[in-house]
Amino acid sequence: MENSLDLKFNYTEKKDTRSGFGDGILELGRTNPNVVGLCADLIGSLKMGAFQKEFPDRFFQTGIAEANMMGIAAGLTIGGKIPFTGTFANFSTGRVYDQIRQSIAYSGKNVKICASHAGLTLGEDGATHQILEDLGMMKMLPHMTVINPCDYNQTKAATIAIADHEGPVYLRFGRPKWPIFTDPAQKFEIGKAWKMIEGTDVTIFATGHLVWEAVLAEAALRQDGISAEVINIHTIKPLDTDSILESVFKTKCAVSAEEHQINGGLGDSIAQTLSRHQPSPLEYVGVNDSFGESGTPTALLEKYGLNAANIVTAAKKAIDRK
Amino acid sequence: MQKKSIEELESICSQVRRDCLRMVHAVQSGHPGASLGCTEFFVGLYFDQMDHDPQFNMNALNEDVFFLSNGHISPVFYSVLSRSGYFPIDEMKTFRKINSRLQGHPATHEHLPGIRIASGSLGQGLSVAIGAAQAKKLNKDDKTVYILMGDGEQEEGQIWEAAMYAAHWKVDNLIATIDLNRQQIDGPTKEIMDLIDLRAKYESFGWTVIDTHEGNDMKSVLEGLEKAKELSRKGKPVLNLLHTEMGYGVDFMVGTHKWHGIAPSDEQLADALGQLPETLGDY
Repeated sequence: MENSLDLKFNYTEKKDTRSGFGDGILELGRTNPNVVGLCADLIGSLKMGAFQKEFPDRFFQTGIAEANMMGIAAGLTIGGKIPFTGTFANFSTGRVYDQIRQSIAYSGKNVKICASHAGLTLGEDGATHQILEDLGMMKMLPHMTVINPCDYNQTKAATIAIADHEGPVYLRFGRPKWPIFTDPAQKFEIGKAWKMIEGTDVTIFATGHLVWEAVLAEAALRQDGISAEVINIHTIKPLDTDSILESVFKTKCAVSAEEHQINGGLGDSIAQTLSRHQPSPLEYVGVNDSFGESGTPTALLEKYGLNAANIVTAAKKAIDRK
Repeated sequence: MQKKSIEELESICSQVRRDCLRMVHAVQSGHPGASLGCTEFFVGLYFDQMDHDPQFNMNALNEDVFFLSNGHISPVFYSVLSRSGYFPIDEMKTFRKINSRLQGHPATHEHLPGIRIASGSLGQGLSVAIGAAQAKKLNKDDKTVYILMGDGEQEEGQIWEAAMYAAHWKVDNLIATIDLNRQQIDGPTKEIMDLIDLRAKYESFGWTVIDTHEGNDMKSVLEGLEKAKELSRKGKPVLNLLHTEMGYGVDFMVGTHKWHGIAPSDEQLADALGQLPETLGDY
């Protein structure tokens, strides 16, 4: 699809967002002596090897014991450390929900839960590992900040930014090599949505890997004479409701796009905002009450209705409902 | 600070037990049994063993720190914290009531001085204590981290993750204690889920283990804690198996799981308080 389109954003390189995390935490290691890393036997997958090598005293290998890792991270904050935990998104959330709830969120601990291999784009490992419920679980926890960046550069910037934010954070990223289309020098502002493309007919609110699909969709819609606004919601919570309302006040309809269950995801947060302040048609691009399966990231996004073509269809439907 | 005599510490215990029973009675809710069973341990820690600062600082730099994993015994924790100066003793009146800092289970959310982690959902405290102990090492802080767990709580899997970790990474500035009262809500641990031999289990996990056989005798409790401290910082985490009687100090509550989570009636409270002299003044 991308070859025939006049894109507003382009890329020369693809890289995994998890590498953005790995490079971000390495930089933090050099600039912030309080930052410590923990990992549950997935150093290679989380790209934490360079941090471990350079800062062995500030790195804690917990073995395959995620519940213990979350508790240790909470304990390390008592003593002024800023722990970054690393494991797959499934084991960073569902597996340890009660540990996060009691020892981190309710206790107000300054732990950064860094979660890779989120969503369908994990690919061939299949549904056991493709968590699609994590954003919902984490956003329900009071005072938890939830961030889902879109590419390597944004993930690196987000990793660095959360160290200066006091309080628990869930940072979600993934495994596939994905276009790098954002500025390497960007300043990451937690809770501030980024209007990437201006438009007037429909707003596409996208998060994570699907931001790139939204960029493709905008160009396709433009070919059909439709002007779409694309807003990158990298912070699911706290949600930038002002930016959402300002955009939908203009376009009068919206699409949400996320690599997550429709139930409990970004779209639901947007719907809550719209229904309170600016009731408007909203179409959801997300996984519809289903588990994933094995396959390539591209094949999975297509089968489960999460790619640019699905965003285009949803945008047209939203416009028709105005 | 001058050391308190055994008699003085025992007299504090009597008041702490009164506080526990009066708190639980006032709201007809809470967990008196193991609070009474662990009274000597708490008083021994906070009034003798620990070097701690009631001008509470969350990060606990250069002071000993204590975590309670079995958070349901909050009455004894609150009494000992307030009696050692962390917050006004009058505040015990608010236990488990609306708008209180003394939540049913300990929490940091309301900023009660002395509490560093929420607990109540069992099995999580040992991991937190390990993290705090490792932070002390990173900070070149040579003080000790103490943690109390229940014996029924040993049925939680996370504890064994933590036990493995603490030995593997030589977290030896950590002294864990298990309140071995052999009871849990549904009955004796032997019937519900037999713990068999906790000493053998922890030793095989790589811990140094001691027994405090008389967990309701102040002298034995202090000796146990002293011994645990001597054995710490030798490359292994230390476990103190504290043999206690649930409900100790009140004749009709002792040695049964019946008083795990129920409150005494007016008559039962009067009977119990009659057995426990008011030594420091009731709140």
